Amino acid sequence: MSETAEHTGHHIDVKEFHPRAQAAIHDPKIRKNFRSAMDGLMSKRKTAFEGWDLETLRDLGANVRLRALANLPDLLEQLEKKLTENGIKVHWAVDGDEACRIVRDICKARDAKTVIKGKSMVSEEMELNHYLEEQGIEALESDLGEYIVQLADETPSHIIMPAIHKNTGEISQLLHDKTGTDLSNDVEYLTASARLQLREKFMNADVGVSGVNFAVAETGTLCLVENEGNGRMTTTVPKCHIAVTGIEKVVSSMEDVSALLALLTRSATGQHITTYFNMISGPRKAEELDGPEEVHLVLVDNGRSSIYQDDELLDTLRCIRCGACMNHCPVYTRVGGHAYGTTYPGPIGKILMPHLIGLDEGRHLPSASSLCGACGEVCPVKIPIPDLLVRLRQESVDGDKLHPAKVRGHGAKRSSMEAMIWKGWAWMHASPGIYRFGTGAASKFRALQPSKAGAWTDYRTAPKLAAKTLHQRMKERGQ
Amino acid sequence: MSSRETILQRLRNRTGGELTVPECDFSVLVRDDWSTKERIERFEKMIESVHGEVHHCTEDMWMDRLAELLNTRGARNLLIPKQHEIGQALRDAGRDDLPELLIYDEPIESWQAHLFNEVDASITSTRGGIAETGSLILWPNNDEPRLMSLVPPVHIAVLKASELYTTFHEAMKAQNWAAGMPTNALLISGPSKTADIEQTLAYGVHGPKELIVLIIE
Repeated sequence: MSETAEHTGHHIDVKEFHPRAQAAIHDPKIRKNFRSAMDGLMSKRKTAFEGWDLETLRDLGANVRLRALANLPDLLEQLEKKLTENGIKVHWAVDGDEACRIVRDICKARDAKTVIKGKSMVSEEMELNHYLEEQGIEALESDLGEYIVQLADETPSHIIMPAIHKNTGEISQLLHDKTGTDLSNDVEYLTASARLQLREKFMNADVGVSGVNFAVAETGTLCLVENEGNGRMTTTVPKCHIAVTGIEKVVSSMEDVSALLALLTRSATGQHITTYFNMISGPRKAEELDGPEEVHLVLVDNGRSSIYQDDELLDTLRCIRCGACMNHCPVYTRVGGHAYGTTYPGPIGKILMPHLIGLDEGRHLPSASSLCGACGEVCPVKIPIPDLLVRLRQESVDGDKLHPAKVRGHGAKRSSMEAMIWKGWAWMHASPGIYRFGTGAASKFRALQPSKAGAWTDYRTAPKLAAKTLHQRMKERGQ
Repeated sequence: MSSRETILQRLRNRTGGELTVPECDFSVLVRDDWSTKERIERFEKMIESVHGEVHHCTEDMWMDRLAELLNTRGARNLLIPKQHEIGQALRDAGRDDLPELLIYDEPIESWQAHLFNEVDASITSTRGGIAETGSLILWPNNDEPRLMSLVPPVHIAVLKASELYTTFHEAMKAQNWAAGMPTNALLISGPSKTADIEQTLAYGVHGPKELIVLIIE
């Protein structure tokens, strides 16, 4: 691994969540952009599921994913076998660095200088673009939102709509500064200029890199969901196509896909289906006139096999990356995607990222939630996100003696003072005499109660203790 | 140990033990039998809601409609399949109200720039459609290669009303996709679009700006 020790990419300190969240909350533009976008997405999702027995459909989605996870190693082997038969080369990577090196080696073997990319969150996780740049290979994003974010040298703020944090004026200015497009508030015009710029790139790119929405073991098929057509361009025009995906994306059959597709696009953007559903099962055959000569699939673990070990945490791997949890999250809507400082923001990021970066670095993530439960209610595959948040909170403050460590950085947030206070609290509540004495004393001396109680009272008035305890009042009523 | 073995071994030797495999009941995806008329209506409604255009045609007059559509758009040429009956019929018709007919009969490498810059419209067959979502099923092949439905700014697709399925689930079952898939298969539901700039819809971002469906009834 020393070979890529220099591979650092963009380094954002995930621990600095609070200052970033604070800044975002005070930025009216961010709040307005996210509020209006999320409101729109929530209502579109609702409309798209009208006439469906949504609970039953979500049960099916959950079962399809659970079945795939239950058979995960077998399905991966079957997928590899089918893909290989179909002429697709399969690679395995234990982490992002190894996946980056695999992509680099394929590029080097073809003497590739330019890579065009379709949307892939796993490649964001790998920080592939920065890695390839360091290796002297140009990597250009072709999804319009990703293209904008790349021009701005930023990261996506939403997994489905990467540039949602920017408004038209900012995008126009950015395109003007970076590509010479005329300033305009006409979205059609801006889109058309991007089309022209990117068409050139598609024609000249040596390699296309894409993600995968579902990998089908039975037929050896890679499925990609998209609206723009950039995904089809990326996987069809360059002579070599490299797909990268997490090992959990495999499903058993096309029938499984029909259930998940019905849930995915409606949950994500409220579309009944996306413009393109692209199913790739092999490179160009001898008699075919277009399509890539070589197709590769890189299966990336990067922490997923650790999540797989634990019955409860395993549910994290059901995710089909629709983004509905962030669209419905009151915290995400207010702070936006960048505040989290992680590849995956919002509720799914809060339960996934601690596994990828450890609970030490990601210590604030499971706590950045009001546990309102909206994410769990809308999740198309019924991931119990609130329960997982609670579990990760426990993990982050637990001592190793209580529960054996499951997540990297277990106990990172544990403070001996806090642990002692809770121990005392438990002891008091288990001893009636002490309890009565304690609550009685607190009521009696309530005038001494401080009006400030740390962060809690920064935005709230501290509640006043009652003059009499509940026990005293019940006694007075003779009950 | 290779990365492959490392990963598979970790998954197989799961500390939580064997996982139970749940039953999957797909009946929620099955729609009551819609009549052909209902399927056509639903297909039309759905594809029009995403900016697709539908024209009802018969075997006798689809070419008239096609000529009209191309003329109003000022198309200089039309990319057609070589073998498929659609392409055959267009060439045999020898009509002077159709633009120049082009055939995709050589590898993309030899005419990529021409395809990207000079071709105004294309016409392809379909392997049926899906009423519920307003989708076309395409299995590109050497007669109708993958880029034919993607690169030209106008894509015209011919759909037989009798090949309209109710749902994706029904279509894949009826066509037995489990038995094997082509190198590339597609569901196309409207022209290329994006909402990446402040959620404002714009069409034709990378693929066709217009998708026109000729339904043959």
